[in-house]
Amino acid sequence: MMNNVSDTLYPNNWKKPPFIKRSWLRWSIIIGSILYLIAALSSMDINIQRVLEGIPRGQRFIESFFPPNFSDNRGVVWEGILESIWMAIISTVAGIALSIPIGLGAARNLAPLWVYMSCRFIIAASRTFPEIILAIFAVKLFGFGPFAGFIALSLGTIGFFAKLLAEDIENSSPAQAEAVKATGANWFQWINYAIQPQVMPRMIGLSVYRLDINFRESAVVGIVGGGGIGATLNTAFSRYEFDTAAAILLVIIAIVMVLEYASSHLRKWVQ
Amino acid sequence: MVVLKKQDELVWKKRTTREQWINWFYWLIGSSIVLFAWKIISDKTVWFFVQDAPRQAADIGSRMVPPKWSYSLELIKPVWDTLNIATLGTVIAMIIAVPVAFCAARNTTPHSTVRIVALFIIVASRSVNSLIWALMLVFILGPGVLAGTVAIGLRSIGFCAKLIYESIEEIDANQVEAVKATGASNLQQMIYGIIPQVLPTIAGVGIYRWDINIRESTILGLVGAGGIGLQLNGSINTLAWTQVSTILLVILATVFVSEWVSAKVRGAII
Repeated sequence: MMNNVSDTLYPNNWKKPPFIKRSWLRWSIIIGSILYLIAALSSMDINIQRVLEGIPRGQRFIESFFPPNFSDNRGVVWEGILESIWMAIISTVAGIALSIPIGLGAARNLAPLWVYMSCRFIIAASRTFPEIILAIFAVKLFGFGPFAGFIALSLGTIGFFAKLLAEDIENSSPAQAEAVKATGANWFQWINYAIQPQVMPRMIGLSVYRLDINFRESAVVGIVGGGGIGATLNTAFSRYEFDTAAAILLVIIAIVMVLEYASSHLRKWVQ
Repeated sequence: MVVLKKQDELVWKKRTTREQWINWFYWLIGSSIVLFAWKIISDKTVWFFVQDAPRQAADIGSRMVPPKWSYSLELIKPVWDTLNIATLGTVIAMIIAVPVAFCAARNTTPHSTVRIVALFIIVASRSVNSLIWALMLVFILGPGVLAGTVAIGLRSIGFCAKLIYESIEEIDANQVEAVKATGASNLQQMIYGIIPQVLPTIAGVGIYRWDINIRESTILGLVGAGGIGLQLNGSINTLAWTQVSTILLVILATVFVSEWVSAKVRGAII
């Protein structure tokens, strides 16, 4: 009798509930993804021959990276790194300076609808194209060199920073804004004393983060002629000086690590 | 915040005078760094080209309209390739990123040395841009979609693993302990205690990265790694500006669609 009850109350064949509850949806996603994988892999025409050939070549390629050569071309690498750093700093500052009015305009609680729409359009356009495409056009317009990279990175910063700024403003507390407004503050005082203190800590963190991104991106805008360490890296690759390239990559990784560490600390300190 | 007394009036100030001076001092340092950076950049700039830029922009702009719509039919295959690079790259990245994340999370890592190795993998993958990965992989795997896919995969590991391991570190330990109390082995604890808690994050991160990868994979063609960037590079090099504008519009459309899809899917998951 007791056994019977326990059998009915505690079934011992428990199953983990599936991640997607509706079974038709689950099965159609599974079947759909299998079909997609077959279609995608079959259209990729992987040349096995070429890949097999590439493996010893890849080994030689990776071997030629070691040991990283820090000593030859040291001046060039150093100059490239510095140029990247200056480029990252100035494009972050310029990008943020441009982002602030756009971000204010893209916050629905501050701006009228037509300003909102046009600012959102600028943000969407800047976010769509990767920095490298912007850099290609900047190089066409402004000629080779760090100025083109600076323009591309600043434009890229707008899409990132203005979007997050606008979202943060939209999420800020309306009570504080109301309170400042009630004192008879004009528009600029209102922005400066009610909105700015609320969004500032996060924005400082984000600008350090963006500096970090811009430094990383500055390593690639050089490939299309935008100056910085990317140009040095590209030259090293084209001259088959892989040991120098390895040194450059290691330096980039080290700087990015330092920046990331610094930015996470700074963000904790600010918040 | 202070209230200063000026004659008989009370004046509210945001900062004390001292704080104000310190503040100005920081601004001075900051702006001198920026000015110095600007000087370096501007020394290396040929200003003649910059002055010429508006004319160039107008010139290129006028050559870009109207877009050559008939060319968009030829772009179907490259767009399909681009989507494949992004999707398969994300799949590769997720397959590698999940174990790496479990090794990197403080509460699930088998050993602290393993953790350091996993963290190094994450940083190395994140700090090398996908274009540089592609540049190297084209040497090894030959030009084509495969190099692009692997490049996107390698690049995404760090990003995905970082977000996943952060969420593993934030899981509710009580649930894991409850599973442990039933006599579950380590593996069972992981499957029934930890994974259900992080599964939404894993799915969300995958979708988010897929969205980013669509953008990134549009440019991999510049170094020969397949996708629509190949056409873009070719058209720019042959100065076929009407084709360039068509390609840019197609990229715009692809990115908008992918953003919409990822927003919908993420909305459904979370």
